[in-house]
Amino acid sequence: MDRYSFSLTTFAPNGKLLQIEHALAAVGNGATSVGIKAANGVVVATEKKTGSSLIDVSSLEHMAMVCDSIGMVYSGMGPDFRVLVNSARKMAQQYIRIYMEDPPVRILVKELASVMQEFTQSGGVRPFGVSLLLAGVDERGPSLYQVDPSGSYFPWKATAIGKNMVNSKTFLEKRFNGDMELEDAVHTAILTLKEGFEGQMTEQSIDVGIISVIPSAQSGSATPKFQRLTQTEIKDYLSNIM
Amino acid sequence: MEYNGSAIVAMVGKNCVAIAADKRLGQQALTVDMDFKKVFPMTDRAYIGLSGLATDVKTVHDTLRMRVNLYKHREERVIEPRTMAHMVSHMLYERRFGPYYIEPIIAGLDKDQKPFICGTDLIGCPNFPSDFVVTGTASDNLFGMCEALWEPDLEADDLFETISQALLNAVDRDAVSGWGAVVHVITPEGVITREIKNRMD
Repeated sequence: MDRYSFSLTTFAPNGKLLQIEHALAAVGNGATSVGIKAANGVVVATEKKTGSSLIDVSSLEHMAMVCDSIGMVYSGMGPDFRVLVNSARKMAQQYIRIYMEDPPVRILVKELASVMQEFTQSGGVRPFGVSLLLAGVDERGPSLYQVDPSGSYFPWKATAIGKNMVNSKTFLEKRFNGDMELEDAVHTAILTLKEGFEGQMTEQSIDVGIISVIPSAQSGSATPKFQRLTQTEIKDYLSNIM
Repeated sequence: MEYNGSAIVAMVGKNCVAIAADKRLGQQALTVDMDFKKVFPMTDRAYIGLSGLATDVKTVHDTLRMRVNLYKHREERVIEPRTMAHMVSHMLYERRFGPYYIEPIIAGLDKDQKPFICGTDLIGCPNFPSDFVVTGTASDNLFGMCEALWEPDLEADDLFETISQALLNAVDRDAVSGWGAVVHVITPEGVITREIKNRMD
C-alpha cells in the first residue's frame, strides 16, 4: 500500500495541504514582483538580484512573453517558472492555431492555473514553487492576474508577490488610483519595488514589462504587444525618480 | 458531394448579410425530402450553411454546435463569425485525410455590426470574399447569377430580392437542387427568415 502513496500532498489532520503551504513559503523567499493595471495598459516589474557581481545580468530572464498580448513574471523558483512559461506558450499557440487570435487573458490564466492545480493532486510530483503575475490586454481591456501554487487565481488592480509583498501591497493601496495612465503606473511600480529594495537600484537590477491598449482610432491592423523595457528606458524612469 | 444535391449562397449587403439555401434532399435523381435544412443559426448573429453529403451535414452541424456551445461557456462570450470560421476551418482540417464531404459557408454580423462571409473547401481552406460566396451542386450557376445580380451596398430588402433571384434561377438549371428555398437576412435589428416556393421539377 505504502509503495503507491507517492503523493506528497496528503491532507494534514487540520485540513491543510502542507506542501502547498511550503510552496507559498518558497514564493515568500523569492524576489519581489509587482504589477499595476493602468487605464490604458498594464505594467509588471521585478527585482533581478544576483549573488555575485560576476554574473552576466543581461542574460537573466525573469520575465517572459507568452504571446503578443500577454506577458508574465514570477516570484519564487526560477526553474519552475521556465516550465510554466513553456506550457503557457504552448497553450497560447494551441489557441491561436484554432481561432487565429490571441487567447483572452482569463482563458490562459485558467488553463495555467489548472496545470498548477494538477501538481497539487498528482502522484510523484511537487507543487510549483512560484506565484505568477500575468499582464495582458484583450477585447475587455487590460487585465492583471495572480496565480498561486495551489492553482487559485485572482484578478487585481495592483498587487505584489514575493519577499516584500506585504509592505509593497500597503504601499500600492496608498498610491494606486484607477485613472492612472501607463506612464504613471510604471513609475509607481518602480517606486514600489524601491521601497523594499536592498542596496542601490539600477537599470540592471530590475526588469520591467509593459503592455498597452491600442487606441480604438488606430485599431484594425495594430495589436497589443507585451514588451520588456530596455536598460536605457529603465534608466530614464529611474533618473526621473531620483 | 453530388449524391444528395444542394445549393447555398451568402451575400454581403449594407450593414446586413443574407444566406440562402434550397430545401431538397435526394438520393441522386430520386427526391426524398423537400424540407431538408442546410442552413443553421450558430449564434444570434452568425449562420452556417452546409452543402454536400447530408449525413456529414448533420454530423458537422452537431459537432460544431457542441464546439460553439463549449466556447460560449468557457469564454463567457458569444463567438464572433470570423472566429467561428477559423474554428470550422480547424475542425475540417483535423479530418485532412478522411474529410467530411461538405463545403460550408458562414455568414454573420460581427460585434461592430460589420458584415462577414466566408466559405471553405471540404478540408477547411478558408476564403473571405467581400461580395458573395456559393457552394453546392448548383455553385457554377450561382456564380453566374451572383456575378450578374449582385451590387455593393444593397439594403436588406434589395439584398433579399437579389439573393432569392440568384438562388431560384440557379437551381432551376440544376436537376439535384431546388424544391423550395429558405432565405435568412441578418440585420443589426434581427434576422428575417423567409421561405420561398419555386418549381418542383
